[in-house]
Amino acid sequence: MKPAAFDYIVADSLEAAVAALAGAGGEAKIIAGGQSLVPMLNFRLLKPSVLVDINRIPGLAFIKESEKTIEVGALTRHHQIETSPVIAKHLPVLGCAMTHVAHLAIRNRGTIGGSLSHADPAAELPMLALLLDASLEIASASGRRTVAARDFFLAALTVDLNDGDIVTGITFPKLPAKTGWGFEEVARRSGDFALAAVAATLTLSGGAIAQARIAMTGVGPTPRRAGDAEALLTGKPLGPDLIEAVIKLVRAGVEPESDLHASADYRRHLAGALAGRAVAAAWRRAQGKTA
Amino acid sequence: MSKPRSIKLTVNGTAYEHTVEPRLLLADFLRNTLGLTGTHVGCEHGVCGACTVLVGGDSVRACLMFAVQADGCSIETVEGLGSIAQLNPLQEAFREHHALQCGFCTPGMLMTATDMIRKYPLATDDEIREGLSGNLCRCTGYEHIVQAIRAVVARNAGKVR
Ligand SMILES: Cc1cc2nc3c(=O)[nH]c(=O)nc-3n(C[C@H](O)[C@H](O)[C@H](O)COP(=O)(O)OP(=O)(O)OC[C@H]3O[C@@H](n4cnc5c(N)ncnc54)[C@H](O)[C@@H]3O)c2cc1C
Ligand code: FES
Ligand code: FES
Repeated sequence: MKPAAFDYIVADSLEAAVAALAGAGGEAKIIAGGQSLVPMLNFRLLKPSVLVDINRIPGLAFIKESEKTIEVGALTRHHQIETSPVIAKHLPVLGCAMTHVAHLAIRNRGTIGGSLSHADPAAELPMLALLLDASLEIASASGRRTVAARDFFLAALTVDLNDGDIVTGITFPKLPAKTGWGFEEVARRSGDFALAAVAATLTLSGGAIAQARIAMTGVGPTPRRAGDAEALLTGKPLGPDLIEAVIKLVRAGVEPESDLHASADYRRHLAGALAGRAVAAAWRRAQGKTA
Repeated sequence: MSKPRSIKLTVNGTAYEHTVEPRLLLADFLRNTLGLTGTHVGCEHGVCGACTVLVGGDSVRACLMFAVQADGCSIETVEGLGSIAQLNPLQEAFREHHALQCGFCTPGMLMTATDMIRKYPLATDDEIREGLSGNLCRCTGYEHIVQAIRAVVARNAGKVR
């Protein structure tokens, strides 16, 4: 349970990190919080010959508010997001989700860039990036690009990053006015990865739902949106029958797998139940009530 | 090849300088290089919490950080909390409330609780339990650990209990 030997490079700038990665020709791994990477190194599931430490790059940990967006630097720790007043005000569903990510000691180190890049099929942050229509800024030796969260998660633990790419930041559009949110998760213990979790936002106009967003994690190889349930909700006020219909659609639309922690059937059951609760909570919050 | 690197750091207020292999975990550096065996190692993948120490004041898993990453950092381990002759208030509360049996989890519990008490209001026992959910204890059933932390939180709030 000790990692294989590797060379260690501390990058003091983004340029230095990009150059170090390019120089290692696919043999290098970035280390950010290390909270997913180091367990894999300790188990020797990964044996990179070089680790490029990005923790000392200045200016990669920030939460910046603009008129329409909130930009979060890739090195921002989970605990910073959890306790940020800007996040609490403009993206409260994200702040709530963070309290479900692991435990304080892991949230003190783990970063948003690392969580999105790692893309565990049961992680909360990839689901939130997808829910909130976020986009990722990525730097490499060949320049910079921006990728929408909906195009970023390709398969379990697989994202649209090439060797040498570094995620530098994530941009979230602020929630529109008259938007309520819900976040529901079932895990075996507080802080464990989700068996299933659902996050939703509902934006109201004239007493009906103008925009519905529902995202799920733990019920497939990547996080996913419940597109048909979102379409069903649009243009209607929420009531018990509609919630039932959402639950049915979500259950029909997911293909979870069985593993040690839960059967596929139980995960499918949870996805529906949690979607129903998340949508109901979002509806109440959109009307200014507590969820 | 992995080139050893020289690091400088302070642990419990004492400055150290050592040359280490990059793959050396902070937990192993503390235990084997510095002989500070108060920090325990249970799982080496972040799950049990026994190795929890403070780096720059924040609780972290010493099994998920490399010693080279701690260059320039200030680290606190359980040895820095108090001494056997003079326990700190949290340690004293653990003693008073029988919050340990075998003691394997205790260093991690104490370091986690130290950070938790500083960062969260811990207004309810549920919050304390949630805060401890990343630290496994096979012996106590957690109840007495919750009581010990509750006592410290209450004392800090000026209430006697
Ligand atoms: C006990 C335990 C419980 C946990 N529970 C949860 C949980 O409930 N929910 C949850 O979501 N997570 C959980 N985690 C994982 C945690 O959230 C990690 O912090 C996160 O997944 C990875 O972030 P990191 O900064 O630690 O990344 P690292 O571990 O440093 O890196 C992870 C991967 O991403 C790559 N990478 C990192 N940063 C970048 C970047 N900027 N650009 C490109 N690639 C990058 C690395 O090369 C590596 O492949 C848990 C971890 C532990 C140990
Ligand atoms: S040894 Fe570090 S968490 Fe278990
Ligand atoms: S006292 Fe024995 S593991 Fe906690």
